[in-house]
Amino acid sequence: MNLSRRTLLKTGLAALAVPAVAACNNGAAARGDGEIIYWLWDSAQLPMYTECAKVFHEQNPQYSVKIEQYGWNDYWSKLVTGFISDTAPDVFTGHSSKYPLFADKGQVLPIDDYVARDNVDLSIYQKGLADRWIGADGKRYGLPKDWDTEVYFYNSALTEAAGISPEQLNSMTWNPQDGGTFEQIVRRLTVDSKGRRGDQPGFDKNNVKVYGLGYADAGGGDGQTSWSWYAASNGWKYSEGEPWGTKFFYGDPKFTETIGWWRGLITKGYMPTYAQAKSGVDVTTSFGAGKYAITPNGSWMLGTYGTLKQVKTKLARLPIGPIGKRMSMMNGLADTIWAGTTRRDASWAWVKFLGSQTAQDIVAKAGVVFPAVAASMPAAKAAFAKSGWDVTPFLEPVEAGDVFPYPANPNAADVTAVMTPAMDAVMSFEADPASLSKANNDVNKILSANA
Amino acid sequence: MTATTNAPPTRKRSHGVSAAPPGKRRRLGDLKVAMIFLAPATLGFVVFYIWPTLRGAYLSFTEYSLLSAPKFNGLANYERMIQDSFFWNALGVTVEYVVINIGVQTVLAVGIAMLMYRLTKSITVRAVILAPYLVANVVVALVWYWMLDVQVGVVNTFLGWVGIDPVAFFGDSHWAIPTVAGINVWRHMGYTALLVFAGLQTIPAYVYEAAEVDGSTEWKTFWRITLPLLRPVLVMVLVVTMIGSFQIFDTVAVTTQGGPINATRVIYYYIYERAFTRFDFGYASAMALVLFAILAVVSLLQLRLLRAKESDLA
Repeated sequence: MNLSRRTLLKTGLAALAVPAVAACNNGAAARGDGEIIYWLWDSAQLPMYTECAKVFHEQNPQYSVKIEQYGWNDYWSKLVTGFISDTAPDVFTGHSSKYPLFADKGQVLPIDDYVARDNVDLSIYQKGLADRWIGADGKRYGLPKDWDTEVYFYNSALTEAAGISPEQLNSMTWNPQDGGTFEQIVRRLTVDSKGRRGDQPGFDKNNVKVYGLGYADAGGGDGQTSWSWYAASNGWKYSEGEPWGTKFFYGDPKFTETIGWWRGLITKGYMPTYAQAKSGVDVTTSFGAGKYAITPNGSWMLGTYGTLKQVKTKLARLPIGPIGKRMSMMNGLADTIWAGTTRRDASWAWVKFLGSQTAQDIVAKAGVVFPAVAASMPAAKAAFAKSGWDVTPFLEPVEAGDVFPYPANPNAADVTAVMTPAMDAVMSFEADPASLSKANNDVNKILSANA
Repeated sequence: MTATTNAPPTRKRSHGVSAAPPGKRRRLGDLKVAMIFLAPATLGFVVFYIWPTLRGAYLSFTEYSLLSAPKFNGLANYERMIQDSFFWNALGVTVEYVVINIGVQTVLAVGIAMLMYRLTKSITVRAVILAPYLVANVVVALVWYWMLDVQVGVVNTFLGWVGIDPVAFFGDSHWAIPTVAGINVWRHMGYTALLVFAGLQTIPAYVYEAAEVDGSTEWKTFWRITLPLLRPVLVMVLVVTMIGSFQIFDTVAVTTQGGPINATRVIYYYIYERAFTRFDFGYASAMALVLFAILAVVSLLQLRLLRAKESDLA
């Protein structure tokens, strides 16, 4: 009896130990020297990268890549815990809002030596893109893989009903005083519950059925898909020393007048109240239900808009602002190497491959994102055309060089924690745009404390 | 070992002395077995509760950004907390949530339990009442988030039919916390009702018979007999649900994420934000420790004030 009980216990403990030991095998030691782990968050891009890994292995038989995909929110927390527990992936997709902090903490490997050693040609990328991955310390932390800009996605049935032509939509002007022809179009596209348009007599702004302009949120500190292009085309800059902001300008009159005009659209009834906008599932769902005529968004959302079957979506250029041109934020992703990897050469080989035209052609043909390599762009354009998108409005600002970078910062999370509630308060009319100068002081205090 | 039992026993010895050693041995033997059975739970408790709590307490006195080693900074985190308006806002929002959530939930749970007790003891009804509790928190939150959408949600469509303007349940800062609280009331009231229902069944029938003989009304019986006799169970339910309620996180995380403005930035969500998006683990640990202290005090107060240990039956 005693014996069997003890045996039982031993077997039990052994059984418990098996998964524990197996779990340890996920660590670096158990893998072959040439096998690297690569992480990305976009499930839509998983097939292309699996294809890339196959080609990479054919070209470099000594290396192989295991790809793992996690959703955006899990991705970053898993990555950080990976850094601490020494189980982070060898190579991972980086974002300009996140990598500065990681670089600051020594978790991302600078690749300058490799780039110099292999004579990597950085001029094959879209203008300015490769330099986004030079950190505040002057070191290069990644090779760009794709990029994005913003345009207006509009419901073409609603614009036709309002008698607005695509030409009008693509030649809009804007200013912070009366909103220019852009505001006139938004006004015309707004329809109240009795069918009266925003520019018709008797328009009831308290009972609006279709809003001319939709928005996802108040934009926080970057306003990427909400206000960034208005502010930029009004001659405003996020900070001194862009993109590595040392002193921000959220209190600048050029910015506050832009935000003041923007939230004025709510008062006029052309845009939903902040409460309504935030109470929705998301801006594309409401757009898909025909509640918004125009919604601004980024190029990475093309796939999502493509799935909205109840509406016919088309693209329009951003408006020309007071400085006389259109401006768009240009952001992008890059592949970065974890500083703690024991497979530096294999990791670099994979990063170099992903940054090459061979890999980016594969990505381009899938028609999900815009490749960073300029020569791969025609393939992407053709792939998007096949799904019915004319993506020219996204490309024009890039070709013209009228783009500005995402406000990168090692303290991005702290800046967001100040700016998001501050912008929310302004958009819900609980604070005036002038209050943003106080938020700006808080932001600059954070920056100087961490400098 | 077995020598004593094999020895020829004298009557006297076998009666007196020999009885003791086996008893002692048995007790020790039990201890061994008991330890074996307790070991898995203890291991889990120590590894997943005691150790993290102690480490959290230590981290609360440090500056720790996760990617570099913790630096001891004394009470700096606690001083910061006193100055931090977000912290006080988070506490206020959490208390508002707990008051609405626990208040409504307890009243509804007692009501449902009374209805079950007086009308039906059907297992099916009990199972149906428990159903919302069986659905994962995140799923419940997401489904309600969709249904309460201001433009395409089914709830606002219904409200429209009866002539009520659409309500921005999650987007309006006055509605957000009551909405989140309401969703969790919906999910938990059935479970709480079952606990209360179990408590009702411990009340002896004779007190009700006596009340009936004395001509007490239903209302009076409830206030004078049911509630007082239910008190010990009700206190336990209150303590447990209130601790759970203070820890509201998932519903906020999948719906409002602290917004609009700071209207739903509950303490747990704020701790999470500080720790996992801003890598301010020292400060987050300090806040977690303060929350721990608050919960301990609140629970003790409840137990003491409501005399949980005594029953009015005695």
